[in-house]
Amino acid sequence: MDTSLQPVTTAQPASEEHGHPDFRLFGLATFLVADGMTFAGFFAAYLTFRAVNPLPEGAIYELELLLPTINTVLLLVSSFTFHRAGTACRSGRMQTSRRWLLLSIALGIAFLAGQMVEYFSLPFGLTDNLFASTFYALTGFHGLHVTLGVICILIVWFQARPGGSISQDSHFGLEAAELYWHFVDGIWVILYGILYLL
Amino acid sequence: MTVANPLELEPGLQPQGWLRYLSFSLDHKVIGIQYLVCGFLFYLVGGALAGVIRTELASPMSDFVGRDTYNEVLTLHGTIMIFLWIVPVVNGAFGNYLIPFYVGARDMAFPRLNAVAFWLIPPAGLLLISSYFLAGAASQSGWTAYPPLSLTTPAAGQIVWILSVLLLGGSSIFGGINFIATVLKLRRPGLKLMQLPMFCWAMLGTSILVVLATPVLAGTLVMLSFDIIAHTGFFNPSLGGNVVVYQHLFWFYSHPAVYIMVLPAFGLVSEILPVHARKPLFGYTTMVYSIMAIVVLGLVVWAHHMFTSGTPPWMRLFFTIATSFIAVPTGIKFFNWLATLWGGKIALNSAVLFSCAFIFNFVFGGITGVALAQVPFDIHVHDTYFVVGHFHYIVYGGSVFVIFASLYHWYPKFTGRLLNEDLGRLHFVLTFIGFNLCFAPQHWLGLNGMPRRVAEYDPAFTTWNQVSSVGALLMAISTLPLLINVVVTAFRGPVAGDNPWNALTPEWLTSSPPPVENWIGEAPLVTEPYGYGEHPGGFDLDRISGRDLWSSGKS
Amino acid sequence: MAVPPALITLLIGVVLTLAGLWVGHNVNLLPVEASSNAPVYDDLFVVLFSIGTILFLGITGLIVYSLVRFRRRTGDTGDGLAIEGNLPLEIVWTAIPAVVVLFVGIYSYDIYERMGGMASLHDHGAMAPMVEQVSVQSSGQDERIWGGIGRSGDGGAVLPVDVTAMQFAFIFHYPGAEITSGELHVPLGQSVELHMEARDVIHAFWVPQFRLKQDVIPGQPTVLTFTPTRAGSYPIVCAELCGPYHGGMRSTVVVHEPEAFEAWLQSNRPATVAAAPGHPTG
Ligand code: HEA
Ligand code: HEA
Ligand code: CUA
Ligand SMILES: [Cu+2]
Repeated sequence: MDTSLQPVTTAQPASEEHGHPDFRLFGLATFLVADGMTFAGFFAAYLTFRAVNPLPEGAIYELELLLPTINTVLLLVSSFTFHRAGTACRSGRMQTSRRWLLLSIALGIAFLAGQMVEYFSLPFGLTDNLFASTFYALTGFHGLHVTLGVICILIVWFQARPGGSISQDSHFGLEAAELYWHFVDGIWVILYGILYLL
Repeated sequence: MTVANPLELEPGLQPQGWLRYLSFSLDHKVIGIQYLVCGFLFYLVGGALAGVIRTELASPMSDFVGRDTYNEVLTLHGTIMIFLWIVPVVNGAFGNYLIPFYVGARDMAFPRLNAVAFWLIPPAGLLLISSYFLAGAASQSGWTAYPPLSLTTPAAGQIVWILSVLLLGGSSIFGGINFIATVLKLRRPGLKLMQLPMFCWAMLGTSILVVLATPVLAGTLVMLSFDIIAHTGFFNPSLGGNVVVYQHLFWFYSHPAVYIMVLPAFGLVSEILPVHARKPLFGYTTMVYSIMAIVVLGLVVWAHHMFTSGTPPWMRLFFTIATSFIAVPTGIKFFNWLATLWGGKIALNSAVLFSCAFIFNFVFGGITGVALAQVPFDIHVHDTYFVVGHFHYIVYGGSVFVIFASLYHWYPKFTGRLLNEDLGRLHFVLTFIGFNLCFAPQHWLGLNGMPRRVAEYDPAFTTWNQVSSVGALLMAISTLPLLINVVVTAFRGPVAGDNPWNALTPEWLTSSPPPVENWIGEAPLVTEPYGYGEHPGGFDLDRISGRDLWSSGKS
Repeated sequence: MAVPPALITLLIGVVLTLAGLWVGHNVNLLPVEASSNAPVYDDLFVVLFSIGTILFLGITGLIVYSLVRFRRRTGDTGDGLAIEGNLPLEIVWTAIPAVVVLFVGIYSYDIYERMGGMASLHDHGAMAPMVEQVSVQSSGQDERIWGGIGRSGDGGAVLPVDVTAMQFAFIFHYPGAEITSGELHVPLGQSVELHMEARDVIHAFWVPQFRLKQDVIPGQPTVLTFTPTRAGSYPIVCAELCGPYHGGMRSTVVVHEPEAFEAWLQSNRPATVAAAPGHPTG
């Protein structure tokens, strides 16, 4: 064993991508568990409010079902299109993959647009009552996730261009975005169930 | 697979020598030390604030600082001590320094994320402290920030508090993700989970709690800030909101947070005791299971902080039973440590003294904790100095004592030099006496009618408060020998050699201090980190040890 | 001379238990008992204190003994015995705390029941099971009554008092007599029913000598009942951080002999409303 007491003067260790296998997807999955817990907290708060705090007299909290249902379908389809993009990329058909990505982006943006329309047509505002506030907090927080997701897919789409950094052999970015997108999608389904159907 | 690509090394770009401790270093050892030193500085600040508290409480009148200031001071004290001292040090400092060694890796799974997690802390801490000077008023609503009080105290301070806690929570989550990935994924080939040193299990359990609980706090604080800034009414009763929901969400994080503060400490003690008692860690498997049991139970006991909040009876009953049961896995750990000491050849050095004092203090604090878990008992003492006594016995007598023990144990690893034992023992004696003098009387105060978070109190309580303040003074003085020891030793302490304790855990199987990538050459495969002890031939070992232990094991 | 280890263990166990019981029964850390619920509480305290003392003394004794007996002598560089575990032993020290904790849990449940904490507060007309919706006249809209704890004992007369907590005072109002006061006056031996409401932030009503505490939460009217059993004046303390003057938010509860209480009522009753005493509803 080397027993020198020399202070260490060599430089940094190798960066994570090269020193050992890539655990970034695992890390992302762990992060999504954490993120899911944030939503769980919001859901728990909303459900408790509903169970304990009656809607005050004269307060309006009415939700239309049509638009959010369309939105749910849009998001579910986008998960499917993203999945196709992933499959295409892994089998080397980068052009097809990019087309599916574009479609996912379009669906994501359509979802956001639908959300905006809903926001502006609702009969209550952020501070009108407890349920209104919780509604906006939940959908807004989710919308933020969708926005972030759309931006990520855009970046992935750009990187997947011919000669870009994403290819059949190196597609971490795409897989991460896909995992994230499915997560956001799943959260929406729960949210839809709790907020609109319950 | 674990060999670094030499092309990635960029000599010259990264600062060398002590400067690297101020840099965005990716080396887990550097980051560990950064956490440790940064946390210790915040400890001094938090301790100085405790000094203000105890000075104010030396007399029954509110005469030393203003009443608002007092509330600011106690809020800052609690927040700093928890989020900037205990959590970053037991997790960040020792976790980062030791875990890669223990799993036989050259770094954490995500070094860059690791550095980011650390560098969130100093700005968050400075932000928090500066709110006292800049925003004019720091948060005044206690570290629990219960609405509606937190909605009515000066908004700027409260917002800064929220912001800084969010940053610290983020740092904690990043750290947790990193530890989970490192322990589960980055183990050296051939190293099995059940061969890991106990600290790895403790960090795994802690990180699970961090990942599951901290985000809920983040969400809650975001809602609280909405209430303050956007005038929503989540927690504002005058707008139809519900304050008890805040309490549930807050404690859903903050109860697990207490295990986030203490599980790593348990892990550290499990590393220190076997080395200095020259015996294997007793009951490895049950230790692992009890950590996991604490993790699971820890997630379902939060409402024991809310027994007087008008929770329904069934809820009180459930939380009483669940909380009490945490004593079982915790007890297993304590009895296992006692059995580890039994029949050993114990070196009575500072590390061991602090560790054993930890057992003493924590058992005391744990027993008062189990008492607090009983609804009828808690109804009388909730929000009194009894609770203050309980948790200082645990956070200070537990976590802080273990941090000190670990410092004496691993200082030679960090620096290659041995801390002075005489100063160490002096530090121990002063801390131990001061600590008990400070916090034991608080139990009596609470039982007899002194509520917590008050700047003035019934003059009947003066004497014991003064005793408590004297104890705090002793604790402040006790920091001196520690500081002198650490600073002087760094320059002229006796050279320790690579493995001064003849320890078997992997961090000692390299030079002290270790080279950048931890080992020159292949990382050792340590399958028996606690393989101490003599195996006398011919004896029926089980019988002897069983009887031997049995004759003392009861109590 | 060889004394069997089992015997020593037994002996130490007995001594410890006796010591714990002695401490539990003879060291009094609590203030005087002044409500019917205080002696019940103190029973629990004695049990917890005894168990705690036994455990704490035992473990401390074990550490100190180990540190002295097994300390490393100078020059000894050997190791201890390589004992890695002992399953029966580990089962024992899992089982003992589990039994203790289960016992304590059940016992404190019983205590809580005796203190009235589990009661659904059905006994009085205006009160419904906890967390059930109830109409309360006072503010004209539906309000929720959150159960407090305490019991009204024998079903005898109950004295209702409205309590308003605000920064930084408690205000007591006697609906029957239309008296408003900054101090709580109650008759000895009669059950008192506090209807508590908070104006601004959370406060907590605590009388250490009654061993009772209840948060007063804005938006959640709360009921707390107790029966004073000892005449005298006791402090009322606000136990929940409620702002800068939280420490000064104190009052007094005066427990009178019944006649003295009547006298107090008479002397404080505002002359104008004396003609039409409101019916004590709740
Ligand atoms: C590191 C921090 C830490 C830890 C580990 C604990 C551990 C425990 N705590 Fe504590 N607690 C706090 C920090 C901590 N606590 C803080 C900060 C607060 C106040 C927050 C605030 O309001 O500001 C608090 C408050 C608090 C309350 C609320 C009091 C109130 O506000 O009214 C309760 C009530 O149940 C409680 C219980 C417990 C229990 C049962 C344990 C158990 O985990 C203890 C288990 C350990 C043992 C029991 C000892 C070892 C076991 C044996 C030797 C076996 C044999 C023992 C028996 C059979 C009993 N704690
Ligand atoms: C988590 C860890 C932790 C630690 C380590 C401590 C350490 C100490 N605590 Fe604290 N405390 C809390 C966590 C902690 N506390 C929490 C969470 C609360 C609740 C807050 C709330 O109600 O919201 C609390 C509340 C609290 C109170 C109750 C206040 C009140 O309710 O009104 C008191 C009173 O005695 C107290 C005292 C002390 C003392 C004397 C120490 C001592 O052990 C400190 C010893 C250290 C020193 C004395 C440092 C020495 C150094 C110097 C003096 C040099 C300074 C120099 C420079 C800065 C240059 N603490
Ligand atoms: Cu009211 Cu404290
Ligand atoms: Cu807790």
